Amino acid sequence: MAALTHLEEEKLIKEQGYNDHFYDHHHGDKHQMGFITKYIFCQDHKIIAKQFLITGIIWAIIGAGMSVIFRLQLGFPEADMAWLRPLLGKWIVVNDDGIGSLDPNFYYALVTMHGTIIVFFVLTAGLSGTFSNLLIPLQIGARDMASGFLNMLSYWFFFLSSVVMLASLVLSTGPFSGGWTAYPPLSALPQASQGSGTGMTLWLISLTFFVVSVLLGGVNYITTILNLRTKGMTMWRMPLTIWAFLITAIIGLLSFPVLVAGFFLLMFDRGMGTSFYLSEIFIGGQALDNVGGSPVLFQHLFWFLGHPEVYIIILPAMGLVSEILSVHSRKPIFGYKAMVFSMLAIAFLSFIVWAHHMFMAGVNPFISNFFVLFTLIIAVPSAVKVFNWIATLYGGNVRFNSASLFAIGFVSMFISGGLTGIFLGNSTIDIQQHDTYFVVAHFHIVMGIAAFFGMFAGIYNWFPKMYGRFMNETLGQIHFWGTLVGAYLIFGPMHYIGLAGVPRRYFRFDSFETFKQFDALNQFITVCAIIVFALQILFVVNFFYSIWKGKKVTSKNPWESNTLEWTTPIKPGHGNWEGNIPSVNRWAYDYGKDGVDFIPQIKPLAEGEQHSELHQ
Amino acid sequence: MTGFIILLAIVLVVVISVQIGKIVELANKIRGQEESERINSDRTAFWLLVFGIALILGTIWSCYHYKNFMLGYGPHEAASIHGKKVDSIFNLTVIITGIVFVLTQVALFYFAFKYKGRPGKKVLFIPHNNKLEFYWTITPAIVMTILVVSGLMAWNEIMADVKEDEDFIEIEAVAYQFAWDIRYPGMDHKLGTRNYKLISGTNGLGMDWTDPKTHDDFIADQIVLPKGKKVRVRITSKDVLHNFYLPQFRVKMDAIPGLPTYFVFTPEKTLEEYKLELRKYPEYLEPSDPKDPFGPKKWETFTYELGCAELCGIGHYSMRKVVKIVSPEEYEQWFNKQKSVYFSTVRNTVDDPNKGKILAGEPVNTSVETKDKVDTTVIILKDSLNKK
Repeated sequence: MAALTHLEEEKLIKEQGYNDHFYDHHHGDKHQMGFITKYIFCQDHKIIAKQFLITGIIWAIIGAGMSVIFRLQLGFPEADMAWLRPLLGKWIVVNDDGIGSLDPNFYYALVTMHGTIIVFFVLTAGLSGTFSNLLIPLQIGARDMASGFLNMLSYWFFFLSSVVMLASLVLSTGPFSGGWTAYPPLSALPQASQGSGTGMTLWLISLTFFVVSVLLGGVNYITTILNLRTKGMTMWRMPLTIWAFLITAIIGLLSFPVLVAGFFLLMFDRGMGTSFYLSEIFIGGQALDNVGGSPVLFQHLFWFLGHPEVYIIILPAMGLVSEILSVHSRKPIFGYKAMVFSMLAIAFLSFIVWAHHMFMAGVNPFISNFFVLFTLIIAVPSAVKVFNWIATLYGGNVRFNSASLFAIGFVSMFISGGLTGIFLGNSTIDIQQHDTYFVVAHFHIVMGIAAFFGMFAGIYNWFPKMYGRFMNETLGQIHFWGTLVGAYLIFGPMHYIGLAGVPRRYFRFDSFETFKQFDALNQFITVCAIIVFALQILFVVNFFYSIWKGKKVTSKNPWESNTLEWTTPIKPGHGNWEGNIPSVNRWAYDYGKDGVDFIPQIKPLAEGEQHSELHQ
Repeated sequence: MTGFIILLAIVLVVVISVQIGKIVELANKIRGQEESERINSDRTAFWLLVFGIALILGTIWSCYHYKNFMLGYGPHEAASIHGKKVDSIFNLTVIITGIVFVLTQVALFYFAFKYKGRPGKKVLFIPHNNKLEFYWTITPAIVMTILVVSGLMAWNEIMADVKEDEDFIEIEAVAYQFAWDIRYPGMDHKLGTRNYKLISGTNGLGMDWTDPKTHDDFIADQIVLPKGKKVRVRITSKDVLHNFYLPQFRVKMDAIPGLPTYFVFTPEKTLEEYKLELRKYPEYLEPSDPKDPFGPKKWETFTYELGCAELCGIGHYSMRKVVKIVSPEEYEQWFNKQKSVYFSTVRNTVDDPNKGKILAGEPVNTSVETKDKVDTTVIILKDSLNKK
């Protein structure tokens, strides 16, 4: 038995594939002829994926650029920032000696926007939006999403949300500056902070649009996965990417509406004089009439989304990494079913752990017992996933390229960041670590860097499918090594700053004896952050350069992969397959089975051959 | 200028990298694909192994290097009784996660190194192994159980409120943008009622003077507490969320408007004792201000501090208050010197709802005309309360 040739593959699809009469009805490209319908108001999932990706990249540059500016403040608080005046204008306050310094209002706005942008616009829309759109129809064997129109709306709501957020950046009072978690009363009362006025209003509107986008996308992903799988593609034959997208979409659908509910109550408190979150407040020289509300209620509503949100970010990355590690190790993913069940377990647990963000927020300490228990249980499925990824490498024939390196880096980051989570999930330790730099280091590694690594791995791996060209491999590897080493050098030292008790979100540390001991470390972190930022620019250059000038893909299946997306033409048109839809006869991970390098999913079982896993 | 240099550096890194990319690509073309893939595979595998080793060694080295700055180690053992438990659970977790960290990272990078790609190499086809998977599910489950049980036992003990018959000091910390007011209950050991609607220029906390319990309450400009005595801090806020954070005591709790919270702790080390401990470590013999090499040393300028640990607006980073733990005798002396807000600033002024009325235990002819008289009043009042 040998791997399939292209001719055999075409023959298989022709003979065994499913004829859905797609091309008989002419509803394919007919409506997508013009530039506008093809590239702007497009309903093709592949174009929408690219729209999500490129919008995400633009936001990532803005969000990461902001972190460079506030890192300059943290590392070099005495340095002259007057040179940033052309960009930031009045937010740089220049004194009589001509020394410019960052306005604390804008420092807090930067911190807030950095969080909001990276969490929602980059790692939710840019990661999940891109790859769910690109891979779901291609990997399950569908012509497109269940509703191309809703899918298009999903992107345009994201776009609208982006425009509103962008507008808030240029307000004279600045964007919202009360932290990405937007806790009231700070976020509810314009008199509490400059950013809580119009900036906050726009923030709320923007994120409400964003939730609409996520929900429209999510409904589509779930429907498509459940209803449009091709012949033979049972649930247990789906690649882990698809499982990850399905579970992610379900989590999003269940948790985002709760966030919107929380936002609406906040809008009422801001504009209509209600007291959902406000009680007994004296601010700006006057006692407010609001009584009976509770700011803690908002935290419950926020984290009921906020916690699942971190899994919305990390699960797609996990799916991509599982697939990439398997393909490039030339080995089946170890423990496919354990991987699926652990994702389901993580998804379920993600809904009953939200208050671990609130151990020190005035919640009854007795209730915390349950949240500690469930939170630390998450370590078990997470550990299973890590062990399975490592076992996938074991005995493999690992092909090193940018995609597989970033996938290995993902596992390393996920281990490091996951282990520090065990400290924070334990409420006793959280008394000390809550809201210190230890938390900052923890979540940046586990859901920031790790998710970015998953995203980079995905981009390098599926770039040939998106653009019919490869990204530059050498630049990719420079990007990988620099980012891997740099990310550890940025966030490793932050753990120590946190362990010394330094709280996060401080504009300066010099007034506290306890917190001011780490100037050298802060400078080091800032320098590393600038270098890592430069490397990401390198990635962006590589990305756009390769779209037009990259090495051309010459075969349909450059990675010798089993999944269906590599049976489409090199540059698939609308409808993905030119003739029949291929049918599926086996799971996605028959790599190295019976000595054969890879056996695509479309290939029927040979005589006497057994399925590699049960229940397929 | 700085900006220009940074921009230049970014551009340079990008340009150099792009050039390297082109050169390598050219070299690969000359070498032939298979040869260059083999070289790439060997080189990458080697560097992955180097990175794995460096990551672990770097982590261990940096832990050692920073241990005297970290809370829980060296001079920074908790200064409160419950803080010791926090530290011990923390250390237990460090050991457990440290072992897992080393084992998994070693396995990850070693396997990546060992199983580097070679054309035509046969792989081990193992889709799953139920026995192995069972063990590596059950092992983390058991380890987690240990951490959960020990953590929660400590947690419920630490967070338990005081019992009524216990001997404790209650103080109140009121946060606002951007400072703290610390209120002591005075001789009656009971904090008087407050109402946020009564807040005014002369009554920053909105104390209700019709409640006699407020009369002996005083506001201190530092937190002063005796060593070895249980303290219950009533934590609240006037405007937005804040957080009452005493790093050396492992105390942290949100301050919420309209919803008072509390934290109970027992300070165990006086500030002087803590400083003497710091003095033993070379890190703290360095000058506190690097620009002034002959100025006071780090251990000398050290003090316990209260900070805010919940984002509250632009002054979030500046909500500092000095905390002093002293011997019970010193505390007694300090306490007796404090002046009640009511009798020193409010009594018989226009703001006093009791104006003209005679208060229980107060001499008939009291007025606030002279400072001496006020002091007498306070003493008399304290005496009468003590008798009760």
